[in-house]
Amino acid sequence: MIAHAIVFYIFSLIAIVSAIMVTVSKNTVNSVFFLILDFISISCLFIMIGAEFLGMIMLIVYVGAVAVLFLFVVMMLNVAQQKNEWFNSSGRSSHIPVGLLVSIIIFFELIIVIGGWKYKPDLLDSIAIEINTDLTNTQSLGSVIYTDYIHLFQLSGMVLLVAMIGAIVLTFRQRSGVKRQSYFKQISRDRKDGIELVDVENNKGVKIDA
Amino acid sequence: MAELFIFFEQIYKILFLLIPVLVSVAMIVWLDRRVWAFVQKRRGPNVVGPFGLFQTLADALKYIFKEIIIPASSNKVIFVLAPIVTMTLALIAWAVIPFSETFVLADINVGILYLFAVSSLGVYGIIMGGWASNSKYPFLGAIRSAAQMVSYEVSIGVIIINVLLCVGSLNLSDIVLAQKDLWFVIPLFPMFIIFFISALAETNRPPFDLPEAEAELVAGYQTEYSGMMYAMFWLGEYANILLMCAMGSILFLGGWLSPIDLFPFNVIPAPMWLILKILFLFILFALIKAIVPRYRYDQLMKLGWKIFLPFSLIYVVLTASFLMYFDLLPGN
Repeated sequence: MIAHAIVFYIFSLIAIVSAIMVTVSKNTVNSVFFLILDFISISCLFIMIGAEFLGMIMLIVYVGAVAVLFLFVVMMLNVAQQKNEWFNSSGRSSHIPVGLLVSIIIFFELIIVIGGWKYKPDLLDSIAIEINTDLTNTQSLGSVIYTDYIHLFQLSGMVLLVAMIGAIVLTFRQRSGVKRQSYFKQISRDRKDGIELVDVENNKGVKIDA
Repeated sequence: MAELFIFFEQIYKILFLLIPVLVSVAMIVWLDRRVWAFVQKRRGPNVVGPFGLFQTLADALKYIFKEIIIPASSNKVIFVLAPIVTMTLALIAWAVIPFSETFVLADINVGILYLFAVSSLGVYGIIMGGWASNSKYPFLGAIRSAAQMVSYEVSIGVIIINVLLCVGSLNLSDIVLAQKDLWFVIPLFPMFIIFFISALAETNRPPFDLPEAEAELVAGYQTEYSGMMYAMFWLGEYANILLMCAMGSILFLGGWLSPIDLFPFNVIPAPMWLILKILFLFILFALIKAIVPRYRYDQLMKLGWKIFLPFSLIYVVLTASFLMYFDLLPGN
């Protein structure tokens, strides 16, 4: 049990320190690496309380996919330079009030969440559904999500779908004059429209792509 | 005292697994080169040791004695971390691979998710190496590889769902035992093919070795690496390939099970069967390297997102409907 506690404190310390480092570190790419470290230590904490499914999903979704794309964007966009420009420019930045507003809202939301926080002894009394401790938590999670909470589950899927469509619409652009390979076109070409025999007169030449 | 004993027993078990894995990685590099040479009617490495078996060890020795050069303008911490990350991630995944019913280091409930998570983390070694080098070819290679690996992970995930529908458990031993009567390669054959091709892309093997396409990017993300650090990338890459082969044989080829439960087959010990299946898949990997030309990048992305992903999603629906209709769903 002591070993368990020691490991717990190690992981939570790493989580907290790396969370602070995300906001403190100057280099944006380093921030993202600390964010990844934070995700990993939090998934370790999940595994320690026996929620191995959540821990693994956290690793796969956040570390394996989201953070990779995050890193990708941060490396490509040279965010560090822009950040310096914002903070060092003499004129007042229009981003700071908006950012302040958003962070105040999130701060109050966090207070509301923590205000309703239940600690472990009370937590077990407030659970609405029965927990079958014989099943692995993957099975019990599945049997709850796909039966009692199916509508909420579907709804969250819809939210993700909307986000996906939004992202596609925002980034989709059609450029003209781009040559793309079309397998259908390639395969359906035959000799008639591929080859043309022409009698060329002297000193005239042939017009291509007329 | 008893706890200390358990601790050392675990370390002994880990070493008993890791050292064979590392040795087999060395052997597999030799095998890869031999198969490649065989297809091209060359001899391949045949000088050091019997059949050239010790060629990789000689290469490794050479790498150890070479100087490690760290570029002056690189981000040094991340530059050094990158090959370590690649190597470590390639090795820790072996903890959950079951070699027989009893011979498994960690028989965890979510084994297949663990494997999937570790293989999806593998991209970090490449991105870190490419970015920290602070040079354009490694960076381009890293960006290509990030996009490629994330894309093909999606289709591997959907393929895993197909298998899990037939098993009803995330435990790797359960997945193998569910194939006692019928290997999943038979009912899920199209998925096996897609898994194999996605595994090629996931491990940056030819024909999808765009992150290190030597004609365009020198050596991709490895360009600035030298000596032992390069060798670690290289070993990690091959350990990942072996891991993908192991994953394929566990998901589709029945893991440690023998093909038929008859006399000459069932005397061969269970771990041997898994090793044979891994070798079979690896030889396929090596053959593909020798006979298929490299894909273009847009073709690669098109294949991943527009062909593999929709097809495997449709197959999930088909598998689920089939199991539902014939009342074959596991667990009830």
